[in-house]
Amino acid sequence: MTNENNKTVLSIRDLKVEFTTATGTVNAVRGVDIHVEAGETVAIVGESGSGKSQTMMAAMGLLASNGRTQGEVVYEDRNILGLPISKLNDIRGKKITMIFQEPMTSLDPLYTIGRQLAEPMVVHGGLSWRKAKAKALDLLKLVNIPEPERKIKAYPYEMSGGQRQRVMIAMALANDPDVLIADEPTTALDVTTQAQILDLLRDLQKRLGMAVIFITHDLGIVRRISDRVYVMKTGEVVESGETARIFTQPEHPYTKMLLDAEPTGHKLPVPESAPVLLEAQKVEVEFELDSGFLQPKHVLRAVDSISFSLRKGQTLGIVGESGSGKSTLGRAVLNLLPAGGRVVFHGQQISGLDRTAMRAIRKDMQLIFQDPFGSLSPRMTVGQIISEGLLVHEPSLSAKDRDLRACQALEEVSLDPVMRNRYPHEFSGGQRQRIAIARTMVLKPELVVLDEPTSALDRTIQKQVVELLRNLQTANDLTYLFISHDLAVVRALSDTVMVMQHGKVVEAGTADAIFEAPKQDYTRELIGAAMLTQQQMMETA
Amino acid sequence: MHRYVLGRLLSAIPTLFLIVTISFFLIRIAPGGPFDLERPLEAKVMENLNKIYHLDEPLWNQYLLYLKSIVQLDFGPSFYFRDFSINELFAQSLPISIQLGLTALCLALVVGGTLGVIAALRQNQATDYTVMAAATLGVTIPNFVVAPILTLILGVWLGWLPVGGWNGGAFVNVILPVVTLALPQIAVVARLTRGSMIEALRSNHVRTARAYGLTGYMVIVVHALRGAILPVVSYLGPAAAALLTGSVVIETIFGIPGIGRYFVQGALNRDYTLVMGTVVVVACFVILFNLIVDLLYALLDPRVRYD
Repeated sequence: MTNENNKTVLSIRDLKVEFTTATGTVNAVRGVDIHVEAGETVAIVGESGSGKSQTMMAAMGLLASNGRTQGEVVYEDRNILGLPISKLNDIRGKKITMIFQEPMTSLDPLYTIGRQLAEPMVVHGGLSWRKAKAKALDLLKLVNIPEPERKIKAYPYEMSGGQRQRVMIAMALANDPDVLIADEPTTALDVTTQAQILDLLRDLQKRLGMAVIFITHDLGIVRRISDRVYVMKTGEVVESGETARIFTQPEHPYTKMLLDAEPTGHKLPVPESAPVLLEAQKVEVEFELDSGFLQPKHVLRAVDSISFSLRKGQTLGIVGESGSGKSTLGRAVLNLLPAGGRVVFHGQQISGLDRTAMRAIRKDMQLIFQDPFGSLSPRMTVGQIISEGLLVHEPSLSAKDRDLRACQALEEVSLDPVMRNRYPHEFSGGQRQRIAIARTMVLKPELVVLDEPTSALDRTIQKQVVELLRNLQTANDLTYLFISHDLAVVRALSDTVMVMQHGKVVEAGTADAIFEAPKQDYTRELIGAAMLTQQQMMETA
Repeated sequence: MHRYVLGRLLSAIPTLFLIVTISFFLIRIAPGGPFDLERPLEAKVMENLNKIYHLDEPLWNQYLLYLKSIVQLDFGPSFYFRDFSINELFAQSLPISIQLGLTALCLALVVGGTLGVIAALRQNQATDYTVMAAATLGVTIPNFVVAPILTLILGVWLGWLPVGGWNGGAFVNVILPVVTLALPQIAVVARLTRGSMIEALRSNHVRTARAYGLTGYMVIVVHALRGAILPVVSYLGPAAAALLTGSVVIETIFGIPGIGRYFVQGALNRDYTLVMGTVVVVACFVILFNLIVDLLYALLDPRVRYD
């Protein structure tokens, strides 16, 4: 283990966390030693379920009620683990503060930003509400919130995710803390916002000199901001050390696997002779926004006159940040929502067709969703989920044939067909996404629209799913419309790439052209925010 | 905001019109009339009565006459309580029912809310189970069982409280009926509060409040309870309308001259104007309390704002 010294501000010694559940005791953290020195940034890396968040939750006394702890969390020569709440409250929110993964829900929706920022200052600093609000305004300026005078009176729902995370950072800094714990603070944010928040955190740390513990699953972020790294797996620290050392000479096989998990490779081009499968001409989608009685209608152009054509076997990658209209475009192409313009599939115009006419074509054009937890019915077995589409599109099949096809589909996605009688909740996120893919493949479609299929998955799982998608494409001559905000994945899978912003195409071209020689500022910004870390990694590697 | 309230009140007019129309014709479909007694009246007397009360005119005309008088806020004469108009009956009884219902409502909110919060904070512990078991009992035991038992113990055996009568709303007379009326509501409010409070205590923003070392009061009341009370508010709207318009059972058992008994008497005696009167009053209360609930919602939750 790394050595503590007199600069150590917080040290966690042999911390164990276990949860009593109906099915037995879960050992979430099994004896972890972590310490952080003044002015230092320490990253804790691991995939979901590695116990990295629970370690810090335990230190802050925030475990769920069925959690038990053992060990020591030492701050200023005092063990704060298991302190009564009133004593713990002298430290948390004042000397040790925390920002969370979910900027959308971490602030109370019912109170103004100013009031929530002021609360910890009133409780810990003994400030009056008026003085605390005045200081809150300074803090909002410190974290670069635009129009701070107006925003201090705003409610959380009136702000974007990035702004809410800035507010959380402001709250964390309010009482001049010694340690700031950041639990995946940028995971829920767009890449450009993510880059801004990371810069802000680094800048503030330099100016204010507190220690930062940064919990993340993203190695790019680790490389970018941390001095030292702890790699966690199944509740244990498997490796720790200086950031540069971990990246250049990883010792533990798990660390090596994490470092190797960036999606790589290139898609082989499709021969020029391949027929055009899908053509979109000036596709437009407009949403009417809520407007008052007798007030002019507000119309949002979610997709603004977008054209492209896709040959059989090709992959078109659509990238953009949230709200850019990329998912809406995917749905418009499938005729799942009313859209203007023309979509031609297999030489047949499908825009304007009604539900019944579309049903015959649906078999050949399928959709895979982002959320592997919400998109499978919890009350059906995996076998039923996969073969359901056959009931509609191939009604002549007997139950036995359907079952056989479901088995084949499961094998195609490398899952054991024996599992087809289980329910979705018995599977992990990666397995569920495989099930969703099997549900699509069982119909033998020609075009598959993939809407952020890897975004909810850990990097190592993501890599496997990317491989799977690539193999399926080659084996079945599939055409993909791949929607993602993850540029690395898009690059690994696409022939051509379209960058979207505010419903418009900013730039389009071959994957290599877009990533190696971007012409537009926005594309450069997007790639810069996402790729900087990768380049650094390659330089050090 | 004012525009919103005004709009809501104006939109209540067509609703009320529909309710009046439908119930006017529905009660006429029921066989029998207000003057059909066990021993039939003489034909001449009947004819006179029908003439006085316009019952000899075509139904359509009677409907128009009723609409005309109701627009002037005149609910007409009672057919059964011959010497009173409906307005006079309501003027005497409605305030009593409102006082009774409002007190029960406040009691239910305070006691039920507190019990619910306590149960949520001690989730799956003995306190929680006790409160929830009591709440189940409160919902399942009907008030015509609770009322006599309470009267027997506190009124007859111990002699602490009067067994019935209104006595101008004297405190001792109010206790038993209010408690009986509030008990099932306390149970429902406690259950609702517990459920939404448990959810609120697990929410991310309450975790933030804890992580920032805020006091127990701030975490539980300021950040958890304000959001958790919303479902209770939407339940209490219709419940309040029902409570304030009187309870037949409670008023009968405790001999309280409230509006509740007019529901039954009006319907049984085919007292057309009395039935119509109670229907309109209840409808007004329901509409009013739905509006109050929506306004309270907007007050509690800034994401809901009516401009």
